[in-house]
Amino acid sequence: MDYEALRFIWWVLIGVLLIGFVVTDGFDMGVASLLKVIGRSNEERRVMINSIAPHWDGNQVWLITAAGALFAAWPTVYAASFSGFYFAMMLTLFALFLRPIGFEYRAKIDSPEWRDRWDWALTAGSAIPALIFGVAFGNLLQGVPFHFDDILRLHYTGSFWALLNPFALLVGVFSLLMIVNHGAVYLQLKTEGELLQRSERLASVLGVVCAALFVLCGFWLWVGIDGYVVTSVMDTQAASQPTTKTVEVVAGAWFNNYQQWPLLWLLPVLGVLSFVASAWFSRMARHAWAFVSSGAAMAMVLMTTGVTMFPFLMPSSSVPSHSLTMWDATASETSLFIMFIVACLFVPLVLAYTAWGYFVMRGRLNEQHIRDNSHSLY
Amino acid sequence: MDIVELSRLQFAFTAMVHFLFVPLTLGLAFLLAIMESVYVITGKTIYRDMTKFWGKLFGINFALGVTTGIAMEFQFGTNWSYYSHYVGDIFGAPLAIEALMAFFLESTLVGLFFFGWDRLSKEKHLAVTWLMALGTNLSALWILIANGWMQYPIGSEFNIETMRMELMSFSEVVFSPVAQVKFVHTVSAGYVTGAIFVLAISSWYLLNGRNIAFAQRSFAIAAAFGLASVLSVIILGDESGYELGEVQQVKLAAIEAEWETHPAPAAFTVIGWPNEAEQRTDYAIKIPAVLGLIATRSLTEEVKGIADIKRDNAERMVRGQEAYQLMNQIRAGDRSEAVLARFNEVQADLGYGLLLSGYTDNVAQATAAEIQAAVDASVPTVWPLFWSFRIMVGSGFLMLILFACAFWYSTKRTVKKPTWLLKFALFSLPLPWIASEAGWFIAEYGRQPWAIGEILPTHMAVSQLTTTDVWISLISIAVLYTLFVAIEMYLMVKYARLGPASLHTGRYDGEANMAVRPTGEA
Repeated sequence: MDYEALRFIWWVLIGVLLIGFVVTDGFDMGVASLLKVIGRSNEERRVMINSIAPHWDGNQVWLITAAGALFAAWPTVYAASFSGFYFAMMLTLFALFLRPIGFEYRAKIDSPEWRDRWDWALTAGSAIPALIFGVAFGNLLQGVPFHFDDILRLHYTGSFWALLNPFALLVGVFSLLMIVNHGAVYLQLKTEGELLQRSERLASVLGVVCAALFVLCGFWLWVGIDGYVVTSVMDTQAASQPTTKTVEVVAGAWFNNYQQWPLLWLLPVLGVLSFVASAWFSRMARHAWAFVSSGAAMAMVLMTTGVTMFPFLMPSSSVPSHSLTMWDATASETSLFIMFIVACLFVPLVLAYTAWGYFVMRGRLNEQHIRDNSHSLY
Repeated sequence: MDIVELSRLQFAFTAMVHFLFVPLTLGLAFLLAIMESVYVITGKTIYRDMTKFWGKLFGINFALGVTTGIAMEFQFGTNWSYYSHYVGDIFGAPLAIEALMAFFLESTLVGLFFFGWDRLSKEKHLAVTWLMALGTNLSALWILIANGWMQYPIGSEFNIETMRMELMSFSEVVFSPVAQVKFVHTVSAGYVTGAIFVLAISSWYLLNGRNIAFAQRSFAIAAAFGLASVLSVIILGDESGYELGEVQQVKLAAIEAEWETHPAPAAFTVIGWPNEAEQRTDYAIKIPAVLGLIATRSLTEEVKGIADIKRDNAERMVRGQEAYQLMNQIRAGDRSEAVLARFNEVQADLGYGLLLSGYTDNVAQATAAEIQAAVDASVPTVWPLFWSFRIMVGSGFLMLILFACAFWYSTKRTVKKPTWLLKFALFSLPLPWIASEAGWFIAEYGRQPWAIGEILPTHMAVSQLTTTDVWISLISIAVLYTLFVAIEMYLMVKYARLGPASLHTGRYDGEANMAVRPTGEA
């Protein structure tokens, strides 16, 4: 296996980790975001919380692992994105702080005010990261103002407020709603009665909204956002030096990959169809299919983003030739190889015991179950 | 404060708060596994109740461990971006492996531990608990491998093309003697923390005459586990003293306030008053030969003093100055063979050139005074290390005495435990935290001025942020953490006071509708 292949594999693997994150942690973030929307009583909200209680922590590790893999496989991208998006990252971090303690402490004191505060904390802790991740991708697609100095120190020249531009906010809202939709389809698998009906109704609308937003984002990208193109020849086997190539900013360039390989159009098309399907299945009360469709739709969204930007990971709007790509911003060959072996060994193992965990905790929850186990449940 | 000091303060604060929760997770996880094993073997319900009750307290602590842990992973990127770029090739790998191998395991199984009691057979649930404990310990292993490499960076080389350190030998990084010793010393300290936690709270029940059977059994398990663990901490602490003597002589010299190299074998300063200005220790009480034995395992080898270390560093500073200039020349495009060859000769000291760049505007033209300032800064300030070390060791030996007594009395089943012992146990509750925090302070402050030992100075490692940026994040984190810790302490005290009655089984003291006599027996 050569350096080029390893670099490509890691581009795929980071994608896999991000998909693992949205498909698993996505639904628990969605459920928590909906606590105050479709949970009308304490017991209903406890049903919702306990439907994700045994799983949210394991799910969140997909995010932690994605960040760790970013550090290991694309150290410069990790350094540039985390320090460049400083306040966005801090805000994400503060929101994520609220989840572990929100889940664990909410039921520890029997007081309506106490629970209400933690409900809001869980909602904020889940909705804010979902929104910010979308905003971050919206900015990556437009390029981010950063450059390197002589010894490859990063200098970010933008501000936090510049991140909140209209396109990025639209992607943020799309990201939030797709997570919320995923939460609503998950609740269809785990609840009964009114809660179930409310989730079905919500998801049968949200799926269509997400499909429309996805199309809208794509249209905006086509007419309003310039793409990036590498104009020098990339040595895909060379040491990672992100400042030696030349890059141009060209209108419509984000669609170059689709012109070259028209089959790629399948990804966004399937994405839109899957969102519509998740709405349809929610309406027809085909819960498992609704969940599968919603998960597939989000995976397609991420894959679409990946192939649109390929080979770019983090384009620089201020000095385009300093843009980070998956060919020149990776770890060394040795490091990528070792991490690849580790991933081959552990990802299947993780999937196996995660699946077992879901199997053990299978079945629907209702308010009676909450009342019967009031002291041991969240 | 400048950006470097602020970033360090933020990292120190988040790391030290994080480590309030980690050791208890490490220790309690194993204690839960032991208690549940006894339950599965004997079939006595009281051991299941013990697992569930201490598990409740474990959960309250675990939540904040997770919360404060996320901050650690994010911070390398947000606040130490040059660090992340410069060493991510090596340092990122153990972090990613930690997540894949350990976080997934502990986080997935912690859910089944809490919510799987009615859905899993006894044996399967026990397996879940053991694997959860294994997960917490594996995570400690990988993060300490990463930290061990920061202290003693082996298995890697500098690459001038990519301007970073790159991995050469993964096995050297993993099996680094520093990392291995650190791992065992740290997890043992975690076990001690878990043991004191259970011992102190059980003692409090015994002092109050509540839940006697429950508390006696918890006390006995904690005493045995704690005695074994505290011995392991001390023995491995001594082993890390030996490791330091081999690879981190500066830290050892600072801990011991060894200002000058003395004829072998070196004496051990028990206590004294380090005098930084005069570079000597006032009122020192010394035991002959002991330091030599700890650090070199011999009576003939010397332990290097600070003055000699500085003299060595002054030489390295000069070579580092040259390496720094050559680096700039090469980066500017000069790839002539002579330049590259010379760079290879002096590049091992490039770190000193980078260190010097923090003390002068022009490394090539650095004045003698500037070089001297960098040399003086190449050794950490002595007194904070000298004192934290004595606090750590003092706490360790106090805990050894406590566990020895507790174990002695818990083997004598018929004798009622004396009140002094129960009070000693109760008031020892803060000791493991004091020792752990002091220990981490020694490890990290003792590595200064380096982020990566002799490779990357801390002042180079930071992100190019403004002080306002970091003030805002630091104050926000401080406010949030204070609030979280206050809530956690409140819940911890509340549930410790409630005791096993919080399980609502009807078997324990203090329950409104107790079904059985409050003996705690099942």
